[in-house]
Amino acid sequence: MSISRTNSGVLAASAVVLWLALLATGCGDPTAPQEPRQPIRLDEPVPLVFDRAGEPEPEILAEDQELHRGNGEEPQTLDPHRAEGVPTANILRDLFEGLTTTAPDGRIVPGAAGRWDISRDGMIYTFYLREDGRWSNGEPVTAADFVFSFRRSVDPDTAAVFGRMLMPIENAQPILAGELEPEALGVEALNDRTVQIRLDDPTPYFLGLLTHASTYPVHAPSLTEHGDDFVLPGNLISNGAYRLVDWVPRSRIELEASPNYHSAGQVIIDRVLYYPIEDENTEFQRFRAGDLHWTDQVPSNLFDWLGANLPQALSVSPWFGTYYFGFNLTRAPFEQNLPLRRALNLAIDRRILTEKVTQFGEIPTFTLVPDGLPDYEPPVPDYAALDQAEREELAREMYRRAGYSDDDPLEVELRYNTSENHRKIAVAVSAMWKQVLGVRTRLINEEFRVFLQNRAMKRNTEVYRAGWIGDYQDAFTFLELFHSQHPRNDAGYANPRYDRLLEQISTERIPARRRNLMVEAERILLAGQVVMPVYTYVTKRLVSPLLKGWEPNVMDFHPSQQMYFVKSRAQVEAEIEAAPETETGSGEAEDVTVVDEGTT
Amino acid sequence: MTARAAETEATERQLDIFEQAMDKRTVKGRSLYVDAWHRLKRNKAAVAGVAILLFIIILVTFGPMLNPWDHEIPDWDNYSTPPSLETGHVMGTDALGRDLFERVMVGGRISLLVGIIATLVSLFIGVAYGAVAGYLGGRVDNWMMRAVDAIYALPFMFFVILLMVVFGRNIFLIFVAIGAVNWLDMARIVRGQTLSLKNKDFIEAARVSGATEWHIISRHIIPNLLGVVVVYVSLTIPQVILVESFLSFLGLGVQEPLTSWGALVNEGAQELETAPWSLLFPATFLAATLFAFNFLGDGLRDALDPRDR
Amino acid sequence: MLNYSLKRLASAIPTLLILITVAFFLIRIAPGGPFDSEKGLPAEIEANLEAKYQLDDPLVIQYFRYLGDIARFDFGPSFHYRDWTVNQLIAQGAPVSFTLGGIALILAFVVGTLIGVWAALKQNSLSDYLTMSVAMIGISIPNFVAAPLLILLFAIALGWLPAGGWDGSIQRMVLPAIALSLPMIAYVARITRGSMIEVLHSSFIRTARAKGMPEHEVLLRHALKPALLPVISYLGPAAAAILTGSVVIERIFTIPGIGSHFVQGALNRDYTLVMGVVIFYGVLIIALNYLVDLLYAWLDPRIRYDR
Repeated sequence: MSISRTNSGVLAASAVVLWLALLATGCGDPTAPQEPRQPIRLDEPVPLVFDRAGEPEPEILAEDQELHRGNGEEPQTLDPHRAEGVPTANILRDLFEGLTTTAPDGRIVPGAAGRWDISRDGMIYTFYLREDGRWSNGEPVTAADFVFSFRRSVDPDTAAVFGRMLMPIENAQPILAGELEPEALGVEALNDRTVQIRLDDPTPYFLGLLTHASTYPVHAPSLTEHGDDFVLPGNLISNGAYRLVDWVPRSRIELEASPNYHSAGQVIIDRVLYYPIEDENTEFQRFRAGDLHWTDQVPSNLFDWLGANLPQALSVSPWFGTYYFGFNLTRAPFEQNLPLRRALNLAIDRRILTEKVTQFGEIPTFTLVPDGLPDYEPPVPDYAALDQAEREELAREMYRRAGYSDDDPLEVELRYNTSENHRKIAVAVSAMWKQVLGVRTRLINEEFRVFLQNRAMKRNTEVYRAGWIGDYQDAFTFLELFHSQHPRNDAGYANPRYDRLLEQISTERIPARRRNLMVEAERILLAGQVVMPVYTYVTKRLVSPLLKGWEPNVMDFHPSQQMYFVKSRAQVEAEIEAAPETETGSGEAEDVTVVDEGTT
Repeated sequence: MTARAAETEATERQLDIFEQAMDKRTVKGRSLYVDAWHRLKRNKAAVAGVAILLFIIILVTFGPMLNPWDHEIPDWDNYSTPPSLETGHVMGTDALGRDLFERVMVGGRISLLVGIIATLVSLFIGVAYGAVAGYLGGRVDNWMMRAVDAIYALPFMFFVILLMVVFGRNIFLIFVAIGAVNWLDMARIVRGQTLSLKNKDFIEAARVSGATEWHIISRHIIPNLLGVVVVYVSLTIPQVILVESFLSFLGLGVQEPLTSWGALVNEGAQELETAPWSLLFPATFLAATLFAFNFLGDGLRDALDPRDR
Repeated sequence: MLNYSLKRLASAIPTLLILITVAFFLIRIAPGGPFDSEKGLPAEIEANLEAKYQLDDPLVIQYFRYLGDIARFDFGPSFHYRDWTVNQLIAQGAPVSFTLGGIALILAFVVGTLIGVWAALKQNSLSDYLTMSVAMIGISIPNFVAAPLLILLFAIALGWLPAGGWDGSIQRMVLPAIALSLPMIAYVARITRGSMIEVLHSSFIRTARAKGMPEHEVLLRHALKPALLPVISYLGPAAAAILTGSVVIERIFTIPGIGSHFVQGALNRDYTLVMGVVIFYGVLIIALNYLVDLLYAWLDPRIRYDR
């Protein structure tokens, strides 16, 4: 009988010993690593060798060119006109090709259209389709296909989420509203291979819009034949580098290189598998176990760990999006209370948030539009130049001016949707408000749909977490969000002057003037403290070091057709050993470029 | 009879035996409980369970008073640091620099509170429902039990999740939601007990000798139900704590800056390799508590079974 | 007996109706709808979508239409996974969930009874306490902790098994099945131990022993069968346990079963998918309970269902 006492005693004792051991390791050096830090060994790639055309030399390519990509959520649909969300866009980019497409660095390059003309006033675009453009079933891709697809995209019956992307096109607006027939759309087939698009307003980013899924062509005959089922494997006919082979919902989507693609000869990855994996930790473990070559995300707390253990695989680069908090301007306490909004904004220490909470090099920001656009310079407010202590001093002053004090503190609700990252940031922000101003924050974590609805209804919401990833590469994609009629204007911002500015921007034809108008619009927005921008997003992922051909870019577009696997250094060395007589440096050696990863 | 949750059944079966013994021993008054108490004291696992529970309850109640840290204010100089006397964070800090000891204590209060209150809610509904059904008997009883049978077949976890989604997460709602779906077993047991007690000789005898209805209920029926209730409570609390942790895993648990062991364990599980202490401490407390309740419950059940083991 | 079976079968219909009704209205009063999007949907488009999926009719009409549809086993199109019908999604997910759940169930019953019998034989000894403590781990450590630990140990550190995913191969089933069975092992072991102790103390075992029958024969011939009876009745609750467990396990191991469809469906306001999964599981649990009752009657001659 006394055995069990010893038993539980032993358990208790060992738990205490373990704790003491932890305390002891912590005592000597609180930052001491828990385990010896040795990078996990991944295969090291061979140096890259390119031929004259900039293509990788065949001898460095691995035999197996099958790519396994972790891809966040399961797509809602593979119908390009109804699709939404980044994960779906990734798959569609492999399956379809718009009139334009992007190079690895994000530049806009010819896609299904080999070249185009733009009229001098920027209102008429004429696209000349490639002669060799083909659907995956071998039929040629024609101008009529594009006309059909654009009409379908704006047809209210299609109920396309992104129909408004096509708004700049002539008559798109009345068609979307059901006032005109889709046939009235300003898209016309001049002949079999020429598509002409007329715009309502000059739209400098229009070529960029054409890389979006809502402008992809769909195969009209298969739509007639299969109806809504046209996207299922076996039915889907697409015009991109890959075709759909298999789709097991919430398990995997399998693509293989389409032999009918116009540049099929340059496509090296011959099979792509997309896995919907929502849990970041699971995705990370599956990458480590060798199941994946490419992840969609990285768990946010792993930065140091990855730096020490998997530095060769980690890729982080700025993304075209802003994380911010919004105020409900339609009710107390924020209605007509600029000092209070400013106080809360200034009390947030963005450096701590990005360095200690998000950790992956997110860029602290005070502006809504991310930095780094080629022709736009966000109007940074004066207080951005102060140091945090000065900002906090200013915040306290504003807070008092708004009529609050330690005895009569602000009580405020901060809403965020369920996510580890949002939770951490919200907790940190509420702690900062409490420490700097004495604000009492009630954190409200809501499930996504409830959150969206509460935000939109503007009844209960006071402060809400938000984020916006630009749909196209132009500041306007951020600014239009606060037009009084925008469906996602959850702040309830309604400034006639701002609306007017936006309308002017849409119709302005001179780039420099347009840019100035946009800067002015953002200045108004920031001066009114409609939102509290926190940081510019980064994309972060793990990629097999053997996977090459892709580059980080601000839109985060990475078509599989640009990628390839190279052999590992070890494999090449083994091959050389096995066949010592093989000549490696022949007469053509001067023509190749060698890029040694070790030196870059 | 219909075959049901084996746990319930095992309890019912043992209670039958218990009742038989009661019949024999009512002469000696309440000595059965005294016997049970002695038997429980001899069960070392159960005693260890009680000791652990007492220790945890005391720690959770008074621990925060001895600790200088606040459970919601981050210590930005020491985020995600291991346990250390130097920094003063004896269990380390979480990813936001909040003192883990403090959070484990606060989380423990919530977890235990959820466990106990939700169990009491289910106890209340279950006892009321079961007692009414058993006492009234006949057709009403038949229908009431049919209803329980029917509700048994509903996938309950779904309803808890739906409730949390529909009404937002609110700690009182968690109590009620979990409690409201857990009362079925209790209703069945109490109904069975009441039904059989109603016709027992000693009740009959009491009635004949002129005891009032209230006397019968308070002196005979309630004491007899007490045993079942205690066993049931001690086995339901750990189940409820687990349900709460499951809700936390789904992101439907209590609101920050409050926390629960389930929420802490879930956060810790994400940092398995980078900050093992943030899993180790809450998980130890959670597991110890669940172990203790389960051993105590098993011990109570054994103790209430009068056959000498 | 037959009479009883039919009566039970008939009583399943009102149960299902309650289930459908409660679930239907509960999910509909949840704030937000299936077409909400962070990108914001113009009002006209949303109206079009609602018309397309017939969500613009009064709720009661939708309810009766839905009842009509499911009477024809048509669960409708998924509102979130718009290329699929709920029937397709369930047909794809159910075999996966069944395979995983089945393996976990077998594992739980085999390991659980072994532990339970062993503990009963060594009642109140060190090995009783130890084995029961080990079994209890399953109900003392949440699934979502046990699963990552298993992955870290067997997939990452030792590299023996894959870290997740599902392709029908045995290797990918092992870890999730173990993780899913852990809590059930604890319950089965506990029930077995209790009933085995009871049986071992009963008079017919004592008689058998007194007759000089060898111990292993006493156990196998006489003790085991009655001792395992209560374990069978655990099948019903076990189905519910698998259900809850699979929500966690399917997520952590990225398994395309239908357990996670429920949570995801509820979060996406995928009304039809949620209803489909709820009804599916409801029928499953009702059927299992029914089966258990019949099995019980068949195995235990003391029970007669003639009421």
